[in-house]
Amino acid sequence: MNTSRVFVFKQLKSLLRVKCSSAAPSNDLRRLTSTPGSCPKVCVVGGGPAGFYTAQHLLKAHPAVQVDIYERLPIPFGLVRFGVAPDHPEVKNVINTFTQTAQHERCSFHGNVNVGKDVSVQELQQAYHAVVLSYGAEGNRSLGVPGENLSGVYSAKDFVGWYNGLPSNKDLKADLRSETAVILGQGNVALDVARILLSPLDILKKTDITQPALEALAASRVRRVLIVGRRGPLQVACTIKELREMVNLPGTKPEMVTAEFQGIAEALKDLPRPRKRLTELMLKAAQGSCEGGGAEKRWGFRFLRSPVEILPAPDVSRAAGIRLGINRLEGSGEGARAVPTGEVEDVECGLIISSIGYQSLPIDPAVPFDPRKAIIPNRMGRVQEAAGLYCSGWVKRGPTGVIATTMNDSFDTARSLIQDMETGELDISTAKMGSQAVAPLLLKRGVSPVSFSDWEKIDTEEMKRGKAAGKPREKMLDVAEMLKAAHA
Amino acid sequence: MAASAAARVSAGLTLRFSKVNPGCNPCTLPRLNSCSHANLGAAREGILYSFRNLNRSLQTSNHSTGVHNYESEKANAEETKDDVNVVYIDRSGRRIPVKAKVGDNVLYLAHKHGIDLEGACEASLACSTCHVYVRSDYYDKLPQSEEREDDMLDMAPMLQENSRLGCQIIVTPELDGIELTLPRVTRNFYVDGHVPAPH
Repeated sequence: MNTSRVFVFKQLKSLLRVKCSSAAPSNDLRRLTSTPGSCPKVCVVGGGPAGFYTAQHLLKAHPAVQVDIYERLPIPFGLVRFGVAPDHPEVKNVINTFTQTAQHERCSFHGNVNVGKDVSVQELQQAYHAVVLSYGAEGNRSLGVPGENLSGVYSAKDFVGWYNGLPSNKDLKADLRSETAVILGQGNVALDVARILLSPLDILKKTDITQPALEALAASRVRRVLIVGRRGPLQVACTIKELREMVNLPGTKPEMVTAEFQGIAEALKDLPRPRKRLTELMLKAAQGSCEGGGAEKRWGFRFLRSPVEILPAPDVSRAAGIRLGINRLEGSGEGARAVPTGEVEDVECGLIISSIGYQSLPIDPAVPFDPRKAIIPNRMGRVQEAAGLYCSGWVKRGPTGVIATTMNDSFDTARSLIQDMETGELDISTAKMGSQAVAPLLLKRGVSPVSFSDWEKIDTEEMKRGKAAGKPREKMLDVAEMLKAAHA
Repeated sequence: MAASAAARVSAGLTLRFSKVNPGCNPCTLPRLNSCSHANLGAAREGILYSFRNLNRSLQTSNHSTGVHNYESEKANAEETKDDVNVVYIDRSGRRIPVKAKVGDNVLYLAHKHGIDLEGACEASLACSTCHVYVRSDYYDKLPQSEEREDDMLDMAPMLQENSRLGCQIIVTPELDGIELTLPRVTRNFYVDGHVPAPH
C-alpha cells in the first residue's frame, strides 16, 4: 500500500472541507479560524464584472473571507450579458471566470434581490463587515434638446438592452422604418449599434440576439447610418477593433465627407500608436468611400456636429429629422473643445439613437452620491465619509472602459479593503451574521432570492432553446419566466 | 479505478511541484490563500493549487488547450532536457522561474504556476488582460503580432514597445531564458499621474 497516496487524499479532503465556523482538523488552520471575527464577511452589491472581479480578488487575498454577491436581476453578469454585442461572443468568455468565483466555497450569489428596496444598505452594513457597491450605471445622460421624447428616439443603453434581452427594455418598439438612422456619439457603443443595424441577417441569426430584435431587424428599412460626433476625427472615442468591423462589414460601404479629414494625415506622425493606427484606418475608409447613391448599405462618421433639436414629423408624434449645430475645434488632441459656430444643418431621419454615455444613479440614502459627476465619492474605492463602504466599477470611476479596465479597478478596491482589514481601519473583530441576517428579512418581505445553481437551471433552459434555433442560447426576456425556471 | 487514477495524478503532481518549486511559494495558490495568513506545507499547497488549476484548465472553453495542459501535467512527472526556461516577473517585481515545454501557451503556463495573469477572453483576442512586457532581446525572436493582436494591445494601459499579449506567445526552444514582466497597474490607475481630460 503506497502510504503517500493516502497522505495526499487525507490532506486534500481535510483542506477542502475547511469552513469558517467549524473546527478545522489541522492545528494551524484552527488557530486561524477559532477567534471570532477572523471570518470577515463582505457583501458585494451588483453581480456584473465589477462585483465578480472584486469578489475574486478578495477571495484570493484572504483565506477566510466570505463574499456574498447581491444582484437585482435573477441572473448574474450584468453588462457582459446585456451590454456586450451578440456578435462578440469571445468577450463573453469572461463568464467562465465569474462562474468559478460564484462556485467558490466562500462565495455565494443572491439574485432577485433589489438593494435599496428589498433590503437597505444600512441593514447590509449591520449584517456584514464591509459592503462594496458595484452596481454600475443604469441611467443614461440625456441630450437636453427639444424633441428628445418623440417616438423614434432612443438611448443607446435602451436600444442595446432591447437587442440583448434586458427585461426592462423588453417593450421597446424599435421603429426601423426610416432609411437613415443617426447615432449621436462615436464610442464603441455607437459602433456596436451601427453594426447591429447594418449586419447581414445571416450573421445575426446565429448569435444570442433576442428573437424579437432579430425579427425587427429582418423587417428593417434602415440602409444608411450616420455616426455623429461633436469634435473631430482625432477625438473619436471608439477603438480600432470596432472600427475595423465596420470597415469590413459585408454588404456595406463607408460614406464619409472627405473635407472633414483635412489636415488629419499631416497630424498622424505625432500621434501615439493606438490613436495613430485608429486614425490611419479611418482615413483609409474615408478615401475609399463615395458620397451618396447606390443600393448598398452605407455608414459614415460626421464630425463637428452637436444636436440642437429633434424635428417632428407633420403629425408631431414621431421624429422625422435632426437639426445639428456645426462646431469648430479649439485646441487639439484629447483636450480639444467643441465650440458652436451658430450655423446649423438638418438631416432627414426617423431613427435617432443617443449614445453619449451611461450614468449611475443613487441607490440608497445611506450612500453618499455626487450628482454632478454621477459617481459615489471615493478615494481608491473607499467611500468618503462612510466607514465600511467601498465601491468598484463604473459607479466608482464613471461609465467608461472595457472589461479589463473594470478588472484592474476592482482589484484596486479589493486591495484597499484587504489593507483596511489588516490595519484595523476596518473593524472585523466582532462576528457578523452575513446572509443569515439578511435571509429572514427577505423572507418577511416576500422576496425569493435566486441562487447560483438556480441560475444554472435558467442557463441550461436558455441553451436548450437556443440549440433548437441554431443559436448559442435563446434568452428569457421576462423576470417572471426566469423565476419560474429558477425555482422549477 | 477513477480513484486510483486521481491518486496517481495527485502523487505525480506533488512530486513535480516539489521539484519545480523547492521553496515554499505561498502566493501560487490562486484564489485561496495569501502568504501572510496561511502556513500550509508546500506539498499540501502544491496539491491543492494544482488540483484547482486542473479544474480551471478543464473548464475553459478553449478545450484543446485545457486538454493539452491536463495531458502535459501527467507527462511532466519528471523534468526532461527539453524544458525551456521561462521567467515571469510578477506585479510586485518578484521573479518566478518556471520550466515550460515547447508548444506551451504563455498565458496557461502562467496559470499553471499560479501567476496572476488574467485571461478574461480565454485566448480569443477579445481583451487585453494577458498583457505582458517581453524582455527586449527576446521580443524580436517572437513571430510578428497579427493585426488582431495589435488592435487589442492598443487598448491595454501602459503600452510599451515590447508589449505582447501572453495568450499569443507559444514557447519554442529559441525562447529559452525569456523574461515576461506583468505590467504594474497600480492603485493610481494611471501610474504616471495622467488624468483623462474631460470635454
